[in-house]
Amino acid sequence: MSLPLLTILALLPLVGSVLLFFIKGPVARLIGYGFALTTTILGVLVFILSRTQSLTENVSWIRTIGAHYALGLDGISATLVLMTVIIVPVVLLAEWKAGEKETDRWGSNIFFSLALMLQSFALFVFMADDLLLFYIAFEATLIPTYFLIGGFGGAKRRQAAVKFLIYSLVGGLVMLVAVAGLYAVSASQGSPSFLLADLKALNLDTTLGRWLFAGFFFAFAVKAPMAGLHTWLPDAAEQSTPGTSTLLVGILDKIGTFGMIKVCLWLFPEASQWATPVILIWAIVSVIYGALLAIQAKDLLRLVSYTSISHFGFMVFGIFALTTQSLSGSIFYMLNHGLSTAAMFLVVGFMIHRRGSADIDAFGGVQKVAPVLAGVLLLSGLSALALPGMGSFVSEFLVMAGSWQRYPVHTAVITLGTVLAAVYVLRLYLRTMTGPVTEQVETHVRSDLSVREKAVVAPLLILLIAFGFYPAPLLSVANDAARDTMVTVGVTDPAPQVQEGNR
Amino acid sequence: MINLLETLPAIPAVHPEWMQLSPLLVLLVGGTLGIVLEAVVARPYRYLLQTALAVLAVVASLALTIANWVAGTRQIIAEGLVALDGPAYVFWVLLLIAALGGIALFAERGFDGRSAFASAASTVPGSPLEREADRLRREHTEIFPLLVFAVFGMMLFASANNLLVVFVSVEILSLPLYLLTGMARRRRLLSQEAALKYFLLGSLASAIMLYGIALLYGYAGSLQLGGIDAAISAGTASRWLLVAGLLLVSVGLLFKIGAVPFHAWTPDVYMGAPTPVTAFMAVATKTAAVAALLRVFFVALGGAQWDWQLLFSVVAVATMVLGATVALAQNDIKRLLAYSSIAHAGFILVGVVGAVAGGANVSVSSVSSIAFYLLTYGLASFGAFAIVTMVRRAGGEANHLDAWRGLGKRNPLLAALMTLFMLSFAGIPPTAGFIGKLTVFSAAWVGGYGWLVLVALLTSAVAAYLYLKVIVVMWFRDADEDTVGTVEHPSPWTWVVLVVTALATLVLGLVPGSVLTLLADAAQFIR
Repeated sequence: MSLPLLTILALLPLVGSVLLFFIKGPVARLIGYGFALTTTILGVLVFILSRTQSLTENVSWIRTIGAHYALGLDGISATLVLMTVIIVPVVLLAEWKAGEKETDRWGSNIFFSLALMLQSFALFVFMADDLLLFYIAFEATLIPTYFLIGGFGGAKRRQAAVKFLIYSLVGGLVMLVAVAGLYAVSASQGSPSFLLADLKALNLDTTLGRWLFAGFFFAFAVKAPMAGLHTWLPDAAEQSTPGTSTLLVGILDKIGTFGMIKVCLWLFPEASQWATPVILIWAIVSVIYGALLAIQAKDLLRLVSYTSISHFGFMVFGIFALTTQSLSGSIFYMLNHGLSTAAMFLVVGFMIHRRGSADIDAFGGVQKVAPVLAGVLLLSGLSALALPGMGSFVSEFLVMAGSWQRYPVHTAVITLGTVLAAVYVLRLYLRTMTGPVTEQVETHVRSDLSVREKAVVAPLLILLIAFGFYPAPLLSVANDAARDTMVTVGVTDPAPQVQEGNR
Repeated sequence: MINLLETLPAIPAVHPEWMQLSPLLVLLVGGTLGIVLEAVVARPYRYLLQTALAVLAVVASLALTIANWVAGTRQIIAEGLVALDGPAYVFWVLLLIAALGGIALFAERGFDGRSAFASAASTVPGSPLEREADRLRREHTEIFPLLVFAVFGMMLFASANNLLVVFVSVEILSLPLYLLTGMARRRRLLSQEAALKYFLLGSLASAIMLYGIALLYGYAGSLQLGGIDAAISAGTASRWLLVAGLLLVSVGLLFKIGAVPFHAWTPDVYMGAPTPVTAFMAVATKTAAVAALLRVFFVALGGAQWDWQLLFSVVAVATMVLGATVALAQNDIKRLLAYSSIAHAGFILVGVVGAVAGGANVSVSSVSSIAFYLLTYGLASFGAFAIVTMVRRAGGEANHLDAWRGLGKRNPLLAALMTLFMLSFAGIPPTAGFIGKLTVFSAAWVGGYGWLVLVALLTSAVAAYLYLKVIVVMWFRDADEDTVGTVEHPSPWTWVVLVVTALATLVLGLVPGSVLTLLADAAQFIR
């Protein structure tokens, strides 16, 4: 039997997490960081291996109900695994001083431990090939996240944590109804199974399929917050530490978009196409509404979380536009958004740490005092508004180009989102960084980025720029996944409207 | 001269199936022997002897049950009164495990050398006699035989194949519990009031059930469950008699489960009873009553399924909603757990409504999924109540939630365990409670009650908030000098309960496969 690489990858952070519960003091951080880095190395290795060979694991787990411990790594999973293993060590480095504040509930070892636990569960979600395993990991992520939000951050974090948990639980339980329903269908058609591959082959009644689809989609729409179901996110982002917000938006919320592809599209192709008109409009509303909220935001962390709502709108739009290009754009977008939001949250976190306030009005003229900080904020902002040369540009362009083939009017409207993105990013930069140095900024912001802080942001920005100029390797992964999905759904790209000229 | 004896009809010899009945008989003998011990053994030795005897009886009964189960005996025994089938074995084993947990908590004397029970239950609270008994460190060791008798009644209840046996076993299991409820060491008046309430309401429910049994007898002309089933299939007698009998019998059974609208006793009794008794009742009584309910309704009244599925779905919705929402307003941990147990009764009823019979091709039947649910619920309950006994203040338990503030700071291990049990109650993976909910709700869905599953899951979200409240209090609130409860370390008895329940909750959440298979094998009633 070959080495169960995927299991090792997912369990490694969990081992670190358990260890850290019992280790206190500065050495805990080093151990935690070591575990995170090892996971990164292993994760990248697995990503590369998965291109050439199939790494699947499948053991019967609960025989009576047909649940399997099945892990696999297709293009979508591989992309998100890569993103997860990159973000976690960055976050740990950024939150090196977690738990030192007076108001923090626990020490840094607990922060590190919870972050690693979250990483482990997220890896299980992304690699699961079995619906029950997926669901269990999906719900299990709530536990560390709840304690991360509730234990570290602002004064009202407890309420924010409860709000987060209740939203997620309601979504999760609605999904459980759908899981039970799908299982009931599977049980009635011969031997029950939770394997995604088996569920795909089920013969679903149209009406029931649509109801089940709605159950799953609701849960994922809460997770990748779409306008209307998003109100937990700004609160959680405002009250928790920037590191937690990064994990939350960068990794956890991707489960929503991931599930939309892996569960909604794959298992319910008919229902997906039935729901597409509504979902596309909903996605457009998310894009515009999130951007408008970001423009009028007064709090830095809330602003970043609003931009994410807008970006998730883009991803959902690309997924349900159902063309190879738009899908691979969305998959690539997930990776880029993870990196770019991480950069935004963490840089904003450095600003807040210095100034002691998250209010935009509390800043002004920072670039004269801390030019590197200003530059880094500008770069991550430009990535958020999808400037050409950044990875996010490639993905956003693909989403729009792909959607254009099928939904030109929708795409025209959603382009407005990119204009608004320029407004909120530049407004943020202008109001905090430029202008005369205010008295408050002068007394509080005394230092530029430290070496540690530079080490946090540098890899993110380097990767974003690298993906912008040379997206090919990752894009080919996303492309393969998109093509597979198209085949599963049974949809082909619309024929090009303009004939190629004869050469 | 006429020989009088010869005029009498010959009395047929009874041939009891000794081996098959042995699990019951062992308990009966063990309990009786316990009473004798009280009379002949000197006070200082009783505690040791009684605990040993109780453990021995329960373990022997468990071993015999498993031996019969492994031997594959499936038959109606004791002149048709007791059915020894898959569900009977499953529920017997569950009950016996619960009995072991109960004994462990009953035997706990680690807190300043005193148990949770009154020194002398017959003394007037606050009287010189009571103080005298306390000074002499008297203890009631009758609690162990009482528990054994209750378990005997419960096992009989779970396997009764005759409505009269159902009634008799309800009484056998209830009487010891009424007594035990009134024996709390602290807040004795509250405890006695609870016992009285439990007794009065319980008797009323039993009487109503007896009336229902009479009506069913009138309908079918038989008290055997199989006989009633045959009468329903024949369908000659008055349907109203059947429906009326069914309703009245369900009252008695739903009372024991603690379902709305027969739940009113639960909060008071759970709060007033000594915590070990509360734990034992919450788990064992519920298990036995659910087992009996399943047997009576699936075997005897299976033909009237359409009537009682509607009834139970209404009861289930009311029970879940009321249990979960009223629990939100509770500030006493035992009362909170009482309402939570009501909500769980509702979730179990959801599975009952599905009524998926076991069979060769059925992977999740109602009976096996409910048995698994009861197991996970029982583990979490025992664990949670064991922790309740450990958080103390001024010599007694501190049950107000304020006493639990900041427990995560004072004793992270205990708070982590409590969090685990709360997560299991809430049904959040990777705990056993999740798998329990999944199987029960799947069974209901397979049975065609998708809407009920939706309601159940929405109430689960409300209930989750409730368990979250406990978690928040423990981890995120700072302790207050005036109310803080200190964690006292108990003897190994309670630790064993805690460790076993916590481990099982985790293991059953991650690898429930083998246990589910075991339960699936045993999903079919015999008639």
